[in-house]
Amino acid sequence: MNFLSHVVTWFTMGSHWHGSNGIPHRVFEHVVMSAAAVGAAVVVAIPPSLVLGHLRRFGAVAINFSNAGRAVPSFAVLVLAAQVIGIGAEPAFIALFVLAIPPLVTNSYVGMADVDAEISESAKGMGMTGWQSVWRVELPVALPVVLAGVRTAAVQVVATATLAALVAWGGLGRYIIDGLAQRDFVQVFAGAVLVALLSVLTELSLALVQRFTVSAGLTHRHRDKNEPFVGAATAVTPT
Amino acid sequence: MPGPAVLAQIHEPWIRWDWVSSHTGVITHDLREHVVLTLIAVGVGMLISVPLAIVARRWHWFEAPVLSATGILYTIPSVALLALLVPWTGLTRTTAEIALVSYTLLILIRNIVAGLAGVPPDVREAAEGMGYSRARQLLRVELPLAVPVIVAGIRIAVVTTIGLVTVTALIGQGGLGQLILDGLYRDFRTEVVVGSALCVALATVADLTLVGIQRLAMPWTRKRGTT
Repeated sequence: MNFLSHVVTWFTMGSHWHGSNGIPHRVFEHVVMSAAAVGAAVVVAIPPSLVLGHLRRFGAVAINFSNAGRAVPSFAVLVLAAQVIGIGAEPAFIALFVLAIPPLVTNSYVGMADVDAEISESAKGMGMTGWQSVWRVELPVALPVVLAGVRTAAVQVVATATLAALVAWGGLGRYIIDGLAQRDFVQVFAGAVLVALLSVLTELSLALVQRFTVSAGLTHRHRDKNEPFVGAATAVTPT
Repeated sequence: MPGPAVLAQIHEPWIRWDWVSSHTGVITHDLREHVVLTLIAVGVGMLISVPLAIVARRWHWFEAPVLSATGILYTIPSVALLALLVPWTGLTRTTAEIALVSYTLLILIRNIVAGLAGVPPDVREAAEGMGYSRARQLLRVELPLAVPVIVAGIRIAVVTTIGLVTVTALIGQGGLGQLILDGLYRDFRTEVVVGSALCVALATVADLTLVGIQRLAMPWTRKRGTT
């Protein structure tokens, strides 16, 4: 109980709400860095994966991408990036960008490749061109799976951005890494609370985006939450 | 503007084999530690998941709360979960294991439940018709048929845990993560490379071993593309 009251005191101290080591600034850094990494990965990874999924080419590569990604620890990716580029914001960005790619590739590919052939055929039957069929029929049908990939990537990036404090970058990880170094467990705990909150918020806000952008006609088909993890399809990895 | 540390790094080779050969003791110690941390995590994870999944299968109202609770645990970053535990359980292996076990739960429970749910109803009815009790039906019919999906879950849990173990280096555990962290602090690339490469190798070997065991123990799953 005593410990928790110290944590509460930590949060109420004015000095923790100002300046470059203040909570608002650390949250800002964390969010901007994560958004930049995920945004760049979305631009680079999703379009080619959608095309490959539509053509159903290189499926094994696309699907095994996230399996292989799971075997490479994000911690190792981050430290290796620091060894190549040096410390600071750049290695953090590069590592987070790299980590965001596998779930985006796999989910975009699987989403497009799993669109029922009947659906694209009826689009053709209605007189749609190939492009119209992709844009107006296949993509909306694939969207839930594609967005699930974005959500996975984003949650993973927000989590790993915490570790980026190890390569001398800011973000909320600073409280945890510095706290551990100074054996200041109150700071460690407070940092962990902030990181956990930010992760859950990321997950929830992207779930909301998913709800509002996915066609109503599709939603009940994806009610079955109890799909097993089967190596490939929807790649969720804790970090 | 590269500082002196960065300049030194440019001349540092990616791997110094003389260091590797003179430190095989440290490397095998960390590797063994990594394997032990992973085995305990997935083992304890199974001990918790199997009963929870069976209960969730039988009493459906239990399924949603179990899956959402483990789902929330799954969303919390490992560094944060470790940090939340440190004030209570210290910089210990217990802290590392609590975190590692909690990440296996969602994967394992979800796959056990899905595996049990995937047993065809006519098979179940046949067992019932043959006079199998509920317990016997579960043990002799449903669980064996669910094994491919359960093994798929174990594989993912093992590979995921091998990656996560590295993070526990931050609280003084970590197996091969110790090498990576030490390499980072000392600006010594060889340690980082050896630690990372062994991690990937360990995950690959573990995954292939599980596939091999499954094929040997259940030859009928070979053709079904469950791997």
